[in-house]
Amino acid sequence: MRESIIMKIHYGTALAAVALVAVHILMRLTQGFAESLQYESVIANYKFLPYAGMLEIILILLSIHGFNGLRVILLELKQGRKYEKAVSYGCVVAMIALIAYGSRTIIMVNTGMV
Amino acid sequence: MAQASSLAETNTSSNSTLKSITLRIARFNPEQDDAKKFMEFTISYERWTTVLEAILDVKQHFDHSVAVRYSCRQATCGSCGMIINGKPRLACFTKISELNSNVVTVEPMNNFPIIRDLAVKFERLFDTHHKVKPYLIRDDTEIETSAKEFLQSPEELEQYIQFSNCIKCGLCNSACPTMATDSSFVGPQALAQAYRYVADSRDKGKDQRLKIIDDSHGIWRCHFAGSCSQVCPKGVDPAMGIQLLRGYMLGFKS
Repeated sequence: MRESIIMKIHYGTALAAVALVAVHILMRLTQGFAESLQYESVIANYKFLPYAGMLEIILILLSIHGFNGLRVILLELKQGRKYEKAVSYGCVVAMIALIAYGSRTIIMVNTGMV
Repeated sequence: MAQASSLAETNTSSNSTLKSITLRIARFNPEQDDAKKFMEFTISYERWTTVLEAILDVKQHFDHSVAVRYSCRQATCGSCGMIINGKPRLACFTKISELNSNVVTVEPMNNFPIIRDLAVKFERLFDTHHKVKPYLIRDDTEIETSAKEFLQSPEELEQYIQFSNCIKCGLCNSACPTMATDSSFVGPQALAQAYRYVADSRDKGKDQRLKIIDDSHGIWRCHFAGSCSQVCPKGVDPAMGIQLLRGYMLGFKS
């Protein structure tokens, strides 16, 4: 993929994440901090599909943005064909793994496994 | 090593405006030395004496083996770039009196391999400069009888004229923090030149150049520190050129 396309995605995910994280924070302000982190409250959030969907989107946006940022930092620290390939593919794999792990929680809650 | 000799002592002229400074010159021969060391010389100077003149005084009177590259002595050839009191500058364009210091330290430019002492290799700079095709690209040519000139309006000229002042001295690359860590980075000098030709209304090679700089060590690795523009002795603003180039890449400019 061309670097300009990757960077457009990088900037786009950052802007979208700022907007959605703001909504997320506003949602948290609807109840007290301690109350918000209670087990029942967290499970209820995950079962409320529009909110769970937004959390999933935030997870995807931040994973893409974060791992691309990490890739850029690592590419600037050291150069070399093998190293650069390892960093790029490693970041994609790590990103997919993190998204899969985060999604698993939402799926488990909504399929009654928790 | 210290040499306490002063040009004032050897000079028989009775000019009372002479002052003196300590000139510290970095000495390093990659074939012999493990680390850089400094030699100190006491040098007399006038209000108009440049750092290059001081170094040439050292070569003439104290140590002829000091390696320094220079040519025009008027900030045109871009040969005498070096770190002067911690900042990349042209030695011929820097007056000792404007440094406001009794100690002037000169070192080779950062981010360039050292040949010896103050002389550095320019291969990487010239390679990256060449890589962005720093010339007008057109299908037709001025040889055609019907079109001997490519006319431009003053407004079109203003789009790129400051970038054509680049003298390839390498000070911007020396100041760039990304150049320090990324050995494959194109660098502010080449990116500014890419913009210079992309913005030229006579040029038709925009797509070729944008493709060249659109890689993992290209334009996107600039963090906009702006130090390249701070140190340019010719008033070129490579940081701005890079941002304007990004405008083309992101579709804000066509």
